[in-house]
Amino acid sequence: MFGPAEYNIRNERTERLWRILFLVMTILLIIPVLVILATLIVKGGPALSWEFLFDDPKDGMTKGGIFPALVGTIWLVTVALLVSVPLGVAAALYLSEYAPDNLFTRAINLAIINLAGVPSIVHALFGVGAFVIFFGFGTSILSASLTLAIMTLPVVIVATKESLQAVPYAFREACWSMGATRWQTIRRVVLPNAVSGILTGIILEVSRTTGETAPIMFTGAAFFLPFLPEGIFDQTMALSLHLFVVSTQVPNVPEHLPYGVALVLIAMVLIMNSASIALRIYLRSLKKW
Amino acid sequence: MVGTVPKLQVRGLAISYGGKPALSGVNLEIRENEIFGIIGPANAGKTSFLKSINRMDDFTVGMKVEGSILFEGKDVRDWRNVYALRQRIGVVFPLPVGLPLGIYDNVALAPRLSGIRRRSQLDDIVERCLTRAALWDEVKDRLNSLGSLLSGGQQQRLTIARALSQSPEILMLDEFSIAVDPVTTMRIEDVLRELRQELTIILVTNLVQQARRLADRTAFFLDGSCVEVGDTEDLFMGKVQSSSTTDYITGRFG
Repeated sequence: MFGPAEYNIRNERTERLWRILFLVMTILLIIPVLVILATLIVKGGPALSWEFLFDDPKDGMTKGGIFPALVGTIWLVTVALLVSVPLGVAAALYLSEYAPDNLFTRAINLAIINLAGVPSIVHALFGVGAFVIFFGFGTSILSASLTLAIMTLPVVIVATKESLQAVPYAFREACWSMGATRWQTIRRVVLPNAVSGILTGIILEVSRTTGETAPIMFTGAAFFLPFLPEGIFDQTMALSLHLFVVSTQVPNVPEHLPYGVALVLIAMVLIMNSASIALRIYLRSLKKW
Repeated sequence: MVGTVPKLQVRGLAISYGGKPALSGVNLEIRENEIFGIIGPANAGKTSFLKSINRMDDFTVGMKVEGSILFEGKDVRDWRNVYALRQRIGVVFPLPVGLPLGIYDNVALAPRLSGIRRRSQLDDIVERCLTRAALWDEVKDRLNSLGSLLSGGQQQRLTIARALSQSPEILMLDEFSIAVDPVTTMRIEDVLRELRQELTIILVTNLVQQARRLADRTAFFLDGSCVEVGDTEDLFMGKVQSSSTTDYITGRFG
């Protein structure tokens, strides 16, 4: 009498079916990632050594290491972050905390979303026109990083804005009602509770910046430059471009070399991501409501 | 004990949101050291009234306030510094908002924002405010634990302590007992009776009997206008100008 009815059993069966379907989809998605990683490790693993990481490329880039490219990528990403994080967070703070809801604000929001949809090669050409030629920075780390920064700004802005808006409005009201200014409220209550979300945006930005090739190709990354940059007005090699070069532009490259470069590139991104995720988990454990 | 000096004079107050009127034609006076009750059903404009007093409309998109609100004779909108105004008029919201900070930091936040740095002075303020909000004994051993992890009733008392931390002259409470158990409600009501010695209290409540227990005078708001203002006892004894007041008080609607 109290046993499951026919439709209960039917529902349970459908329920199980859906779960399995979603699980299969998820696994299908993971497979390409695993295959890529496995291929890189198997084929690129043998290339890895201290010399590979810390030596200059030799013999027309068919031998030696990738040190200048590795250092160059770190330069490019760092400078790009230094520009885009303050700019992006400031813009997001304005849009989320100060901006009145009017046509102007909406136009800005629309522009940001559209900026995110611009292909990276277009950013590259813009970078050439604006930074290399107009501002006269030449092909340099500065030009390349600025181009990268502009390309990734929308990501930072949107992620920051969303994490700011996830902080309950009641917190702001409580603060304002005590006579806090908007800035005091942001500083004491809103930002500390939005940090983990902002970090997520930065993680995404770092990953994308590290791998991008087109925007730096014409603005600051060099084909072959066997010494380290000394400042932001120097050109530099970069891992992503180096990978492109050794895979397609240079004859007689041993097979393991491009795979090794790709492995290092991916490892860099993964290490930075893991570090940021760890930091985010830590910060979230401090989150308090 | 109840003074006759008007602390707040409201004249021809009208509030609208994006052109839609929420409250209009409010004329009333709130006297020093009284508990001024505001009762009325939902959507009567009670909360909007409070918001206009400490100028939350400055930060609320689309909210427009007309008419005048004189705070000690000076229109609140003539205060050049809205932050200074808000420090003198504290608010407690319907849902308790324990900020995600320590209990101590919750209460010390406003004094810190206004520049008090000395630990001993902050300690004094925190202890005094928590004591006055009847919370000190429960939390004095864990002042560093999170305010947002307290129970609802404790958080509401924390909110009151926070509102008191700048020694406001007016304390506005907006349906403070909505998320609070009856025992805590009674404790807070006792707190309010004591606070009346030192400050003026505006109590918006959806509990008619709470207004009767606490308020010296009471205003009845209905559908965006102030129907009448009178001594609480008079209103409850049926000495009213509008029959809708009695209907509401006796529970015939609302």
